Amino acid sequence: MNSKLILVNITRWVILLLIQILLLRNLSFYNMATPFTYILFLLLLPFGIPNIVLYLVAFFTGLTLDAFYDTLGVHTTACITLVFVRILFISVTVSRDGFDEPEPTLGNMGFKWFLLYALFCTFSHHLVLFLLETFRLTELSYTLLRCLMSGMFTLFTVVLVEFIFYNRKAR
Amino acid sequence: MRNLWIFVSRYNAFFFFVIFFITGIVLTVKNNAYQRSVTVNSTNKVVGDVYNNLNILKKYMNLGMVNDSLSAENARLKTEILALRSVDTARDVTIKDTMGTPQYTYLAARVIKNSITLRNNVITINKGSLDDIKPGMSVISPGKGVVGYIRDVSEHLATIQSLLHQKTYVSVSIKKNHAVGSLIWGERNLDYRKAYIKEIPNHFKVKLGDTVVTSIYSKFPSGIPVGTVSNTGIATGGNFMTIEINLINDFSTLQYVYVIKNKYAAEQQALEAKNSDEQ
Repeated sequence: MNSKLILVNITRWVILLLIQILLLRNLSFYNMATPFTYILFLLLLPFGIPNIVLYLVAFFTGLTLDAFYDTLGVHTTACITLVFVRILFISVTVSRDGFDEPEPTLGNMGFKWFLLYALFCTFSHHLVLFLLETFRLTELSYTLLRCLMSGMFTLFTVVLVEFIFYNRKAR
Repeated sequence: MRNLWIFVSRYNAFFFFVIFFITGIVLTVKNNAYQRSVTVNSTNKVVGDVYNNLNILKKYMNLGMVNDSLSAENARLKTEILALRSVDTARDVTIKDTMGTPQYTYLAARVIKNSITLRNNVITINKGSLDDIKPGMSVISPGKGVVGYIRDVSEHLATIQSLLHQKTYVSVSIKKNHAVGSLIWGERNLDYRKAYIKEIPNHFKVKLGDTVVTSIYSKFPSGIPVGTVSNTGIATGGNFMTIEINLINDFSTLQYVYVIKNKYAAEQQALEAKNSDEQ
């Protein structure tokens, strides 16, 4: 972990959260799908980070979002869940000594791996987010539908941003 | 002991997850409870300042529309004043409104943060406890119906639990026959232009286009228009019907709101608290 990587991540945090709070917070498709593209920051954190730091970063990212969304605890819990799924996924699919790439980006890891990675992380995050936001089970089917729609929207924007900003490296 | 430590450190991801997850859930539950002690929300000074500054651009873009609605309201108020102070030519005296101190006073506030896309929407305004705003006060928009209740208050800012929130219930009635029901939003439909009225007894006749106003039992002054009936054919299978209404208030373009201060709110609360003791 060098200082350049830290700087890149801090910049990414600021930009993604600003976009989320200013722009995407007001966006909604047919009152069903809302994108939460800020999770891209958590997806792209470098491989080498210790777990406790990952959790702390996710916790404070979630808390910041919650302050702006007036939903204390909802985004926080969702981000924690995302990080847990991320750790599981990476430990299963990437060999422990083979961190030759610094970050799990689309360009570094390939499209198939990244899509699967983003899919698992996004849907675990959204499931917790929407269930906690509704906080009752009477509208379960509707909540799950919203979760699915928003998840697809988020996944689309995340992959889109990755395609725009990262060139495929020769592997 | 050593083995235990090895076990914990080997699966540290899971144990950290449990700890942080429980913290998150505790925060969520605490925030859902009526008494909120933590102020990580938009009444927070930093968050409020960000929204306050960002809103400047949006304010300019909507300026024309706001002007129109304000001038329309001005005109309406002027005609009302004329009506109240009209000169009765038969007796040649000026009739004035004799009610010295009105029960309700209005305080205008500017919306600095609004959302319509969530399940539970919260609005932030730029007036706070220094302007005598207290949690539970009702909020309406200029001439356009109910907005919600005050939720958290800091010195210069306050949040409103919008009508577009699953915990907001407003007692409303159909204007023509006074059938009372309760207004809710967002069960299987998160359209910010629509809401539902529940618990209206089946024997009342309700037609499309009927006006819905706040009832005499609500925390709002009675008779404030809320919306018009848009669908009466929702099957419930019980003795009560559910009606879909179009809200008059357009939450997506909300710029200014009026916080209603009820002079007798404390008195009424004390009186009703006495009642509930005896039940």
